[in-house]
Amino acid sequence: MSTASLELPPAIPAESRVTYLNAEYGLKSWLLTKDHKRIGLLYLATITIMFMFGGIAAFLMRVQLLEPQGALVEPETYNKLFTIHGVIMVFFFLVPSIPATLGNFLIPLMIGARDVAFPKLNLLSWYIFVTGCTLALIAIFSGGVDTGWTFYPPYSSNYSHTAVVWMAMGIFIAGFSSILTGLNFVVTIHKMRAPGMTWFRLPLFIWAMYATSIIFILGTPVIAITLFLLALETLLHVGIFDPSLGGDPLLFQHMFWFYSHPAVYIMILPGMGVISELITAFSRKKIFGYSFVAFSSMAIAVISFIVWGHHMFVTGQSIYAGLIFSVLSFLVAIPSAVKVFNWTATLYKGSISYEAPMLYALGFIGLFTMGGLTGLFLASLATDVHLNGTYFVVAHFHYIMVGGAVMAYLGGIHFWWPKITGRMYPDMWARIAAALIFIGFNLTFAPQFVMGYLGMPRRYAVYPAEFQVLNVLSSAGASILAVGYAIPLIYLFWSMRYGPIAPQNPWGAKGLEWEVAATPPPPENFETIPIVTEEAYNYQPLKGAHSV
Amino acid sequence: MSDAAVTHEGHGHGHVAHQFETVEQQREAGQLGMWLFLMTEILFFGGMFTAYTVYRELHLPAFELASREILEAKYGATNTAVLICSSLTMALAIHSAHTGKKKWQTMMWLVFTMILGLTFLGIKLRFEWYEDYIHHFVPGLGFQYRPEWSSLGSQMGQVQMFMCFYFFMTGLHALHMIVGLGILTVLLIMTARNRFSPDYVAPLEISGLYWHFVDIVWIFLFPLLYLVGGRYPH
Amino acid sequence: MQERDQHYDIIVPVRTYVFTFLALLLLTALTTAVAYIDLGPFNTVVALTIAVIKMMLVILFFMHVKYHQGLTRIAIICAFFWLGIMMTLTLSDELTRGPSWEMNPSPWSALLPHIPHIVRFLF
Repeated sequence: MSTASLELPPAIPAESRVTYLNAEYGLKSWLLTKDHKRIGLLYLATITIMFMFGGIAAFLMRVQLLEPQGALVEPETYNKLFTIHGVIMVFFFLVPSIPATLGNFLIPLMIGARDVAFPKLNLLSWYIFVTGCTLALIAIFSGGVDTGWTFYPPYSSNYSHTAVVWMAMGIFIAGFSSILTGLNFVVTIHKMRAPGMTWFRLPLFIWAMYATSIIFILGTPVIAITLFLLALETLLHVGIFDPSLGGDPLLFQHMFWFYSHPAVYIMILPGMGVISELITAFSRKKIFGYSFVAFSSMAIAVISFIVWGHHMFVTGQSIYAGLIFSVLSFLVAIPSAVKVFNWTATLYKGSISYEAPMLYALGFIGLFTMGGLTGLFLASLATDVHLNGTYFVVAHFHYIMVGGAVMAYLGGIHFWWPKITGRMYPDMWARIAAALIFIGFNLTFAPQFVMGYLGMPRRYAVYPAEFQVLNVLSSAGASILAVGYAIPLIYLFWSMRYGPIAPQNPWGAKGLEWEVAATPPPPENFETIPIVTEEAYNYQPLKGAHSV
Repeated sequence: MSDAAVTHEGHGHGHVAHQFETVEQQREAGQLGMWLFLMTEILFFGGMFTAYTVYRELHLPAFELASREILEAKYGATNTAVLICSSLTMALAIHSAHTGKKKWQTMMWLVFTMILGLTFLGIKLRFEWYEDYIHHFVPGLGFQYRPEWSSLGSQMGQVQMFMCFYFFMTGLHALHMIVGLGILTVLLIMTARNRFSPDYVAPLEISGLYWHFVDIVWIFLFPLLYLVGGRYPH
Repeated sequence: MQERDQHYDIIVPVRTYVFTFLALLLLTALTTAVAYIDLGPFNTVVALTIAVIKMMLVILFFMHVKYHQGLTRIAIICAFFWLGIMMTLTLSDELTRGPSWEMNPSPWSALLPHIPHIVRFLF
């Protein structure tokens, strides 16, 4: 394996050799592909479409909230908007985002394998995902769902009369897609690492994906059975959450959140994996505390399963359970903090450059920290009584999901774009977009912390006039954010055709995917399977630089 | 382990998919994949077992009465025995293929497994579910409360709750059995087409794991649903 | 480099399968018979214990886990452990909500309301 140097190999035009993109042409070669790289791109296209639907719902919500009495829609419709926004963004965008796109594309390349363990299963999981998306869209266009993305009975089973069953089935089916993806990743990482690629030489992205896959396998089946039972209850008008039979609506909540809390870690862990890759590449420095970061991913995956009751502090859950869940919720902050400290220590005395992926990574560190710290207010029983059900919660999770996960996703897409497409995107536009996204995001969600603290409830179509200024600020920020998201969509598409040909390793990054696999890779990834002899992130100090 | 023999698989024998380097790697990956899938099934059924446990702890007398009065232990016990037999025949089918017996032997054991699976479903459908339906014990399909249950007072609703669990859990189990029968059909066809040899039994092995898992679920469903309050005179 | 989980090509003799099968049938008969004896709350304990033994027989012998070390065993243990987490923490709420919820407590959950008193006594 070559050591890092500033002299990059000459660019070989992609057209003159076989890559996974030009090996076969035609719709059938894409729809029946078993190549993990093409499947990653199929997912990329699908989730981008779903993101737009979820984004439109958000846009309509923010327009509605410009006026205290509501500027756009009836409350019944508003209920459908926030439900659709939540369901799509959680289940059909964030959960699959990094795993199914970057994970599928990169895992075999990073570990030195030719494909994932079960390529046909991989393709099947995409078709299953598309089926789930279709059912969700049917639910939306046949009248929508107004229960909130949390589907609590008995409202959802007995009183809602909206397309709950369609939506529940769509999520149920998309869940199978996650399970199969997670299963594929775990087997691939266990059984298909290249010679010399020991567990502790793996890129931290792989550790993060492994931890995420554990959550996929252990958590997703529970939401599946929960939604299945909910659908049965809605259809049969009798069921196990029905109070008239002695059923307990809180049991639904327990089963729902048993998955949905780990799900939020499904959404952030891969992002953290990406950040580890970006921070090291753009400080040209090895990660500080590799094993701590690796183990913290596993710790997050494990602890994430024992904290779900913090979503139920004010629902009538017993105070003793509340105590247990509150203490455990504080515990889960620790491994996340370990990562933030280690990334910061990696930056220290690194040789830092500010290309677009790094801007996203730096933004992530700040915004994720804010989101994480505000989570502690919610983990603490007493303050949660005040803040639960307000915009404080909304702001908290958007800081993590959007300020964190989406920024990491965009950072990763930009970082690996040359590897995926063989083209460079225009860096100036990328940096402008990153800055717009950062500014727009903060303008959208920082006011929400304030309005939540001051008492504005979430999921309300109308609000007291005293909150209007903050809401208008928030909506203004959302419009900037929308522009910020639109710009990469344009230049990334543009770059696929007109962007400059990318060199083998435009960032000079370490890793098998950059140093050994061609840009873009051939269908079989490597001409010969590499033998790994050095640790991850083995960046050499530049000539004249001080070493730490 | 002294009584078990180890075969030596030839390298390069059997079919190795392009993403794998050796037959062993492929086989280990397949086994690990099936075990991970079974983990998801444990959590899938486990969700319902959790819900069942909660309500059983909160409403035990109603659950006991429902189990005792509505379900018949003889069908549950018979079905348990039927499934245990089917696990044996499945194991023997794999053994037959793995030791290079003629394909009709493997096919015979697979057919026995399927017959036992169908027997299980037949008993369940005809003697349990159908009978429950005509006696109005099916929630959502004309469930009727019996006057002799009125000793439960306000807890009578939990009898219907128990029956919800009974049908949901055995129904989900039966669905898995039907999928298993489908898999067995495919295996039968593959065996007929000479796809298996002592070097290549992976599909049979991992299907066997699935079948045994479905058996294990029933091993728990039987006591939890049929033997709740005890069958002694109350 | 891949991990080696030994003995995937083990051939288990028919004798082992048949003995396992007979043991399973015997235990089924036993659990059914015991149900007709009044043991109070221990009916449940016996029934579940026998079910666990039957499950272990199927897992160890029919599913060959006796002959596999490492990853397979970790996977199975993890799945059951996580199921245990779900049950335990859910029950920690459902069974401790207070008197109005315990209209018909099973003998075991009747102990639970006394836990806060014990805790207070200790501290």
